[in-house]
Amino acid sequence: MSAVATPARGTAEIAAWDSPLTIAGRELRSRLMVGTGKYASPVLMAQAIEASGAEVVTVAVRRVPLNRADEQGILHYLDPHVHLLLANTAGCFTVDEAVRYARLARAAGFNDWVKLEVIGDAETLLPDPFGTVEATRILVADGFRVLAYTNDDVVTALRLEDAGAVAVMPLASPIGSGLGLLNPFAVRTIKARLSVPVIVDAGVGTASDACLTMEQGVDGVLMNTGIAQASDPVRMAAAMRAGVDAGRLAYLAGRMPRKEIAIPSSPLAGMLG
Amino acid sequence: MPQPRAIAIFRRMTTAGLASEELSLTVNGEPRTVARGSTVADLLDELQLDPREVVVEHNGEIIRHRLAGPDGPLSHRLLSAGDTLEIVHFVGGG
Repeated sequence: MSAVATPARGTAEIAAWDSPLTIAGRELRSRLMVGTGKYASPVLMAQAIEASGAEVVTVAVRRVPLNRADEQGILHYLDPHVHLLLANTAGCFTVDEAVRYARLARAAGFNDWVKLEVIGDAETLLPDPFGTVEATRILVADGFRVLAYTNDDVVTALRLEDAGAVAVMPLASPIGSGLGLLNPFAVRTIKARLSVPVIVDAGVGTASDACLTMEQGVDGVLMNTGIAQASDPVRMAAAMRAGVDAGRLAYLAGRMPRKEIAIPSSPLAGMLG
Repeated sequence: MPQPRAIAIFRRMTTAGLASEELSLTVNGEPRTVARGSTVADLLDELQLDPREVVVEHNGEIIRHRLAGPDGPLSHRLLSAGDTLEIVHFVGGG
């Protein structure tokens, strides 16, 4: 990996072209949200998050290793005053487990947001829609702001919104797969039907995936592996940032209609005789 | 309300020589012993964990302890034999 100088902030002016994403009344600096897992080192993670420009940063809740307590936790590398720490319930397969993890995360005292995951299948890591809806109801009643990870099914997304989720997070493709946006139609449908923000979460593998996802009109993208497992995560974080901005602007700009016919851009008149 | 540390010292004095001075607990799934009269704060201290960086679940109940320190809830929690504790923190995740 070659040294990455201070990244050019060529996309900083996007604020002039777009309104900020607001979730549960909180205005966010970026439509890109990033995870903190699978980095080669926490320093590299911190650099990548910086390059991504993300404000919302996801973390997981796990047992403290008692035999190496001197190891520095992730909070040594993330400032909760700079980033909104979004705890997830990753690895939870039941409603009770997910609720327990969410409550443990809230007790850490940073905020009452949770990225709810209730996984339905260990092999595909696809979400359990029934458990996710039930856990959303329980957590919302308990005062949480629930951002619910779900599949790309519009009916489930509508149920999650009804259950009180402040954002719904359909997948682009399975967690960690990097397969990109497999069903743009499904994601567009969810966006069209929901009132709460739609954040596509999981499966984005490279900047063009991020761009294509944002071109569907969704409100944001959350990713982890696509950045963390790139050969150069810091550069990829900058690329993802640019991809999200490009996709967002292209969506707002409105693309030209597709025509299966060539139409010249230069005038036909005035050609030499 | 009596000071928990005073209670702890009193218990240590009164139980010395009468019963085992050690309590058996389960901490993060592993067996562990602590001195009779210990509090959750004492346990964290023994484990060299910063109370501000962890969350403790004591017998299934989460201790909301953002106020770390001698007057915080962790110092008021006496441990008993057979207690189950989960001590968690934030790690990298997606």
